[in-house]
Amino acid sequence: MAINFDKTLGIHADALMLRAERTKVLASNIANDSTPGYQARDIDFAATLRRVAGDGEADDGFALDTGADLLYRVPHNPSQDGNTVEIGVEQAAFSQNASEFQTSLTFLNMKLKGLAKAIEGQ
Amino acid sequence: MGFRSIAEIAGSAMAAQTVRLNTVASNLANAQTAAGSEAEAYRARKPVFASIYESSASEGAGGGARVQVLDVVESTEPLRRAYEPDNSLANEEGVVFYPNVNSVAEMTDMMAASRAFETSVEVLGRTRAMQQALLRLGQD
Repeated sequence: MAINFDKTLGIHADALMLRAERTKVLASNIANDSTPGYQARDIDFAATLRRVAGDGEADDGFALDTGADLLYRVPHNPSQDGNTVEIGVEQAAFSQNASEFQTSLTFLNMKLKGLAKAIEGQ
Repeated sequence: MGFRSIAEIAGSAMAAQTVRLNTVASNLANAQTAAGSEAEAYRARKPVFASIYESSASEGAGGGARVQVLDVVESTEPLRRAYEPDNSLANEEGVVFYPNVNSVAEMTDMMAASRAFETSVEVLGRTRAMQQALLRLGQD
């Protein structure tokens, strides 16, 4: 009986990848803080993860290029130049996302440790 | 996914903000530069930013957007005319032209630009920490 990594690691590998992807989107928002007309975007984390997890079989990983889960942020205070980046919101989201990335990483580490224990038989 | 593209995005933002700081420095330095005619007078400069969206084919996702400096445009605000017949640059009517630089606006612009630059540096730092944590996956 072979060890199935996909089954063992579960959703955490997908979550980690999605969080890395979200980092990029948030970094883009922060970078375009002063670009007129730029509209801030964010990944709908729950919906994307549900779609990936709902697929069951890990066929080809993420299909983020469909762009279906990239949503536009609704600004609290719209600005005159059409830019919808609110730097505080983006910074908070970025920081939160970094912590969540760390969390996913910790979960993955724990799973791998469990596997190592099972292999060594201790 | 790519940490590399995040670094590129943050780097492009830093480059753009540097150009902005450059124009602010130039505007403030020349705020009191008089000229003998309207054509010769210095005019406040400002960069125009635009975003470049990542093509979805190259990186697997169209989520990223870099910043580029499209152009540096000169302000169209009217110049400040001053009657200074003693000035060696004055024209036959004794008038010199001072730049249309608004020092207060330039100072606030400078603060905004340096804050944006710092934020990009912070983004780079956090991304690096994430990448290093990922490299240690399964080691301890």
